[in-house]
Amino acid sequence: MTTGEGATLVAPESPHVAPIEPIVVLVGNPNVGKTSVYNQLTGERAHIGNYPGITVEQRSGRLTLPEQGGVTVVDLPGTYSLSARSAEEQIALDALLGFGGLPHPQVVVAVVDAGQLSRNLYLTLQLIELGLNVVVALNMLDEVPQNPPSPSALASFLGVPVVVTDGRRGGGMVELKRAIARALVEPRRGHVLPSYPPELVADAERVAAALPDAWRATKERDRALSLWALSSIEPDDELAHIPLPLRVRCAEVHAEAAPRDLDRELIASRYAVIDGALERLYAKVDRHPPKRASSERVDKILLHPVWGFAAFLGLMVVVFQALFSWSDPAIGLIEDGARLVSGLLTQALPAGILRDLLVQGVVGGVGNVIVFLPQILLLFLMIGLLEDSGYMARVAFLMDRVLRTLGLHGRAFVPMLSGFACAVPAILATRTMERQRDRLLTMLVIPLMTCSARLPVYTLIIATLFPPSHLFGWLPVQGLLMVAMYVFAIVTTLLTALVLGRTAVKGRRVPLVLELPPYRLPSLKLTLRSMLERGQVFLKEAGTVILACTIALWALLAFPRPDTSATGSPRDSSGEARPNAPHAPHGEAPSALEAEERIRQSYGGRLGRAIEPIFAPLGFDWKIDVGIIGAFAAREVFISTLGLVYGVGDTDDEALPLREKLKQETVGGKPRYTPLVGLSLLVFFALSCQCMSTLAVVRRETRTWRWPAFLFAYMTFLAYTLSFLVYQGGRLLGFG
Amino acid sequence: MTTPAQSLADLHVAEVALVEHVGGERSFRRRLMELGLVPGTRVELKAIAPLGDPLELLVRGSSLSIRRAEAALVRVTPGVRAGAPAATDRARAALPSAPVRGAP
Repeated sequence: MTTGEGATLVAPESPHVAPIEPIVVLVGNPNVGKTSVYNQLTGERAHIGNYPGITVEQRSGRLTLPEQGGVTVVDLPGTYSLSARSAEEQIALDALLGFGGLPHPQVVVAVVDAGQLSRNLYLTLQLIELGLNVVVALNMLDEVPQNPPSPSALASFLGVPVVVTDGRRGGGMVELKRAIARALVEPRRGHVLPSYPPELVADAERVAAALPDAWRATKERDRALSLWALSSIEPDDELAHIPLPLRVRCAEVHAEAAPRDLDRELIASRYAVIDGALERLYAKVDRHPPKRASSERVDKILLHPVWGFAAFLGLMVVVFQALFSWSDPAIGLIEDGARLVSGLLTQALPAGILRDLLVQGVVGGVGNVIVFLPQILLLFLMIGLLEDSGYMARVAFLMDRVLRTLGLHGRAFVPMLSGFACAVPAILATRTMERQRDRLLTMLVIPLMTCSARLPVYTLIIATLFPPSHLFGWLPVQGLLMVAMYVFAIVTTLLTALVLGRTAVKGRRVPLVLELPPYRLPSLKLTLRSMLERGQVFLKEAGTVILACTIALWALLAFPRPDTSATGSPRDSSGEARPNAPHAPHGEAPSALEAEERIRQSYGGRLGRAIEPIFAPLGFDWKIDVGIIGAFAAREVFISTLGLVYGVGDTDDEALPLREKLKQETVGGKPRYTPLVGLSLLVFFALSCQCMSTLAVVRRETRTWRWPAFLFAYMTFLAYTLSFLVYQGGRLLGFG
Repeated sequence: MTTPAQSLADLHVAEVALVEHVGGERSFRRRLMELGLVPGTRVELKAIAPLGDPLELLVRGSSLSIRRAEAALVRVTPGVRAGAPAATDRARAALPSAPVRGAP
């Protein structure tokens, strides 16, 4: 053994602590304040990783206990039960038992909402049945002002320690840490067990005989696992690493037990023991308990057919406005900053490939990444507040009827709306949907929404190629066209969702079961923290891809370098060598015409010319094709790339010189770019996936290149086909 | 059974009923039962979404929303102690505890 290996086994700063840090897992139903408890326990440091092979995020942090030292705290996704039908849901069981290569936790903290005790105890009961070392954190007791459940009665019922916590305000954290420390030293098993009907026990024993050896432990745990298998394994489930013999046995047992309903026997037995105990858990028996009065009063307004939708529209306008306008100053600041750094670097470094790489590739790329941050942070701030307050579930409740028709989840609304500002934060926001199928479908249609990067392109095309005249004397053609592009985007998005939901992303349409949690005052601290986490994940995971793509695109348009290839003299600008650029200055900055020639000769330019025949039936020439290639960095780059191609240099937002150039371009005495070409180009930009950042985040969210590849393929196909139809159809009708 | 078969989708707003049987696809049935809608549990139709779907149910003190089409798969015995509030375990347990049934 080398010394290096030995050193890694012992934490250098705490040599007396056990070499491998103990693991504490946090489990709980959704909306029980589990994340606030997690944050209180772990402080500021958090690590967001990913469970291997699936798209579930793994959040872990560190807790330091006075005696044991460092403990790793893992926050499991909220769940109502351990039974699973997908690999995503199965992660709960795997993380609790250390299956599937995950580390084995020493303590399990079950965060329980004191106001929803019976449903929360259902999950706790499953943990105890598995023989886990459970500590119950009885949370949100402050929401039960009258007739609260008794923590000591709960502890004696379950047989595990119960600590009263207040995750939001940090109450009870000292006690919870002490209970975790004690549980680490002397593990305790709960003693409550449902009394299952004898037939079900016999069934479980038959399944237990088929359990793989690696799963076996005590008799009690084997039975609990057998019951898990019986309730989870189905012929068409999507569970991971279930051995075939176990699968077969479960199917046999179910078939032989018919017409008994094993799920019902199992679940009803668990609720029976919980319901039986509840009498003891409450201070007094109250036959007419108060309802969730304040939440109900709020719902009377927010779910009202008129006021509810009015409030909904108002809130959505705020969300949209924030993404669309409020983020503008910050985006401008980032762009100015990137320009400033570029300028400084240009002055500081000698001209050449290194400078170009740094200025155009690296600084441009970093700028391309962080320019998304304002919108991402703002969107997650608002989603966090909507989610935390309980309103997000109401959005789904209000909109489900509409979105269901399209095969989408009610929660898809906010991400889709955000898509009108930018697809990148919108795709990240699909995380609010728990099911992979819903997320995927939403992700695949969001890039069709008219994002703000398309607007400058639309403006250029419309202002250049369409007359500023009025239809019927009062309808402005240009404005009408802009509105038509929005309508077109919405219609194609909805139709595409309808089609993709029945083809590419079929999956099973699991019925909607939505919890409407009570309204709560959102915690700003919690929201800010998760907002920063999202930004961090974006920078780390999608940012690197975007940066790499920017550099690759820069190289595509910068190589081969004409200076060296044309004259062999790198410093002396080759401007004079070319007859068409007699007045090229001798300075370091290439003239507009040089830049034009450079782009023409670049790989990107050659590619543009090579694909010209492919895009010619759409009415595009190679110059537009180069613009389209450049636009892959971000749609609005179409304008600056076209500016380079047309030798008008860097264009401002208005791009007036470019507009003139485009108008003057002729072919055989007639204008090269007709309104019909413009229309074809508009359709192409509306539908094509000209955005590497979108592809990068889809890759990040789906953990595979398959879906971004599919997204790019279907959108490009759609764009090509429709532009083709527009252009050729238009020509047949005698336009253009 | 004296009352005619009725489903959750047939209830009026604020009407209380006892769950008799949860039907439908297995994963849906399991999910709904795990959320507390086991036979014998008291359930109230709390509200209907403004567009007519989905429905909001009050079960064991929590509000659940399911679509009308699925609610039609949940058979209930309606009119249990009309006017009585739904069991709200925000204050106390779901009152009638579910009996363990070996066979249907």
